[in-house]
Amino acid sequence: MLTHFLRLALFTLSLIMPLQAANAQDAAVDIPAMVQAMGEASLKELGQIVSDLAATGDNVVVPTLTALADGNLYLDETSGRVVIQDGSAITDPVTGEAVELADEDLSRIRVNNGLRRDISAALSGMTLMSDNANTRLSAAQGFLSKPDRANLPLLEEAIAAETDSAVRNVMVAARAVTLLGSDEASIEDKRAAIPDIVAGAGRDAITILTGQLANAPDELKPAIQSALAGLEQERAVWGALQNVWFGISLGSVLLLAAIGLAITFGVMGVINMAHGEMVMLGAYTTFIVQLVIRQNFPGLLDYSLLIALPCAFLVTGAIGVGIERGIIRWLYGRPLETLLATWGLSLILQQTVRSIFGPTNQMVIAPTWMSGSFEFYGLSITYGRFWIVIFALLVFATLLLVLNRTPLGLQMRAVTQNRRMASAMGIRTPFVDAMTFGLGSGIAGLAGVALTQIDNISPNLGQNYIIDSFMVVVFGGVGNLWGTLVGALTLGVANKFLEPYAGAVLGKILILVLIILFIQRRPRGLFALKGRAIEQ
Amino acid sequence: MTIRSARSAILAATLAGSFTLSIAPTMAQDETIKVGILHSLSGTMAISETTLKDTMLFLIEQQNAKGGVLGKQLEPVVVDIASDWPLAAELARQLIEVDDVDAVFGCWTSVCRKSVLPVFEELNSLLFYPVQYEGEESQRNVFYTGASPNQQAIPAVDYLAEEEGVERWVLAGTDYVYPQTTNKILEQYLLDKGVAKEDIMINYTPFGHSDWQTIVSDIKAFGSAGKKTAVVSTINGDANVPFYRELGNQGIKAEDIPVVAFSVGEEELSGFDTTPLVGHLAAWNYFMSVDTPENEAFIAEWQEFIGSEDRVTNDPMEAHLIGFNLWVAAVEAAGTTDADAVIDSIVGLETPNLTGGIAKMLPNHHITKPVLIGEIQDDGQFFVVWETEDLVPGDAWSDFLPESKMLEADWTAPINCGNYNTETQSCGAAQ
Repeated sequence: MLTHFLRLALFTLSLIMPLQAANAQDAAVDIPAMVQAMGEASLKELGQIVSDLAATGDNVVVPTLTALADGNLYLDETSGRVVIQDGSAITDPVTGEAVELADEDLSRIRVNNGLRRDISAALSGMTLMSDNANTRLSAAQGFLSKPDRANLPLLEEAIAAETDSAVRNVMVAARAVTLLGSDEASIEDKRAAIPDIVAGAGRDAITILTGQLANAPDELKPAIQSALAGLEQERAVWGALQNVWFGISLGSVLLLAAIGLAITFGVMGVINMAHGEMVMLGAYTTFIVQLVIRQNFPGLLDYSLLIALPCAFLVTGAIGVGIERGIIRWLYGRPLETLLATWGLSLILQQTVRSIFGPTNQMVIAPTWMSGSFEFYGLSITYGRFWIVIFALLVFATLLLVLNRTPLGLQMRAVTQNRRMASAMGIRTPFVDAMTFGLGSGIAGLAGVALTQIDNISPNLGQNYIIDSFMVVVFGGVGNLWGTLVGALTLGVANKFLEPYAGAVLGKILILVLIILFIQRRPRGLFALKGRAIEQ
Repeated sequence: MTIRSARSAILAATLAGSFTLSIAPTMAQDETIKVGILHSLSGTMAISETTLKDTMLFLIEQQNAKGGVLGKQLEPVVVDIASDWPLAAELARQLIEVDDVDAVFGCWTSVCRKSVLPVFEELNSLLFYPVQYEGEESQRNVFYTGASPNQQAIPAVDYLAEEEGVERWVLAGTDYVYPQTTNKILEQYLLDKGVAKEDIMINYTPFGHSDWQTIVSDIKAFGSAGKKTAVVSTINGDANVPFYRELGNQGIKAEDIPVVAFSVGEEELSGFDTTPLVGHLAAWNYFMSVDTPENEAFIAEWQEFIGSEDRVTNDPMEAHLIGFNLWVAAVEAAGTTDADAVIDSIVGLETPNLTGGIAKMLPNHHITKPVLIGEIQDDGQFFVVWETEDLVPGDAWSDFLPESKMLEADWTAPINCGNYNTETQSCGAAQ
């Protein structure tokens, strides 16, 4: 009975098999129709079409799938055609020819995460032999995350043909992962595969090996565990260094926010609660500059932040001069009134900006040279943070130069150290006061430009930084720029070392407590000014 | 000037800043029905709440054009609570006692709701609260038109576990009552489902946190344990922008570690280049992209009212629409604006929502809602990838916490209780 049934089943199968093959053949021929069908497909149908297209193995479908994953595949509602739109160019997904649409009404063909994963897996197989090394690399990485035994021959072939050693390493690792996960490979092959993964999979090696550990045969476990232990140790060392980098990066943001205050509060002794709002105004200036550039000179978009720098400095500097002439000069020597007046001013500025621009966040697009990250040995450094650190140090160096090497700097120091003597020597003290306050405010504006890259551009932007800025200046030592630098970096690094253990909330509290204790021991901060001047 | 007098000066300035603003009454005083609008128009919450104030003005204007309620015109009374919660309680009292409003629509944060609650209870007035919240509450004078955890958080976790195969969970939130309670419920729910304790990472950050480098790299490390990992985010307000930016910069893609957010909607994304976020998820009961005739009409009318084609709609706006329509229906049904009569007549009333379903006011003062999961698109909109087949009734007391699973809320006779203990069959049982 059983054999009879089996025979029947086999017979039926043999009938279906050629049919299916024929189907596949048809599908291969009719790729344009399948692509066309994507236009009206539901998510589920789309998944089916993608796997059908991938099954054709025809390289013609690569642009379609890439465009689908990137969100560049559209349905033209008027003509019902499926097209690729990349920038302003509209092309046919199969032939790649430019398409003229009479009355274009494009709606995107949408995909979800699951489908995006399937597409990248399907594309890996097709692009492994591409001429472009980067395409091959991402294809190999695709194999790393989705190992499939069926791909082994393809990988072997690719490894044999590969000339670029970096890509080759990843391919070897992908082969090793496939072997390790396969039931048919021998223990020796698997054992040999482990070092390949460690060498080629980079930061994913731990993920892959931990994943394999659970399913590995017992005799293989010690080898995997020792490889993992080595990787973990390496990661711990780099983790500590990474934390130092995070600390420096946080410190540079604090430095940028505080350095303007180091001038107005540290050098002039004015408690300026509206300092944060100067930062905020700098950020809004950046937003406006970028808006103008985007509308009129789209080619310059990547440089909009650089163009915004002088604009922000001039705008906030001018406002600063206005504030000094209009409000603060009447209040010299009355710190509490200055505090209240500038605090009121900060509320006025916030609400004004809110009334003009609305309460919602504004958008400043990150230029391409500030997006993404690069690997520096075991560190992963994001470009945005990297440039902000460089920028903060540049601003600091420039300011130091201005204060110590220019006539204005000399006059500033003279006025703040002994106003009456400076006046007697012919220095126009009111002018110097206004310039000093303008300089401090202008630098706050520069900080605002940098902060557009890491924080919200909203009317509240400044409030988040005012407390931290005062903290840095007081901790570093009032009236000393070097103190501000050391103070900012110390607080940044300390914060980042506390955070993994204490959490972000408790970490911040601990820092505040430490600063209170420190200030009680050394009321003048890290670098106290000495001499008669400070006694006044 | 002493510190004390400086402080009182600051306080006085704040109070003076939050003045009352009456929109020009169209009719004589006694012929209008007054509606209070209690939202922050300045301070940190202004970003989200200003739009809700405009929504209420829009709804009232529409209703007045239709002839008002009970033949009388509606008159909005707007106050600014300035993101200051004790002030919110004072202004709520002022709205009810001085301005004599018949219902109040307002609050965003849970702490705002908690601080005005006693006022509404004492003066027996009505509050319609439009934002998703942590549950574990039901009060006679409050109507919760936003989602409770079983209408947002639990379905989102189910989606990730079933559709994306997630086995390892990061619960990241801002450090206050809503994320804390939601994460407590979620953690218990995950543990009940058989997720191991070491596969759950819980992380809290302060309001407005902007330096996410450490946390994102921790998430990355946590995700490298060979199991599919997802982040469930109850991060609120401003802190989301730098968080997502850091995710993008550190190369965490939605395909690898998806983030599902409960507080990120169209309004929050409108200040934002969403290209690096495509594929991350949000769970809500409404999306602007939902394709129904009701929604299309609502968006068109709203954009005409506000005078801008760029303004988006979001979930709490829909909640205000539903709450407002239910209140109007209840007043019409009761024939009076008296609080007790409205509380009795509103339970069981229904109004269409914008996603093609029906919102029904339940005896526990929560409503029925669909649950939608959307993926962020590069135009700041959401693409719905999953939705519940039926409407989900809001549950005031979570069934997953041991201390609240025996509690039920029912504001109809004979129970008439916000925390009825079904085991001891008594009201007011342990919190």
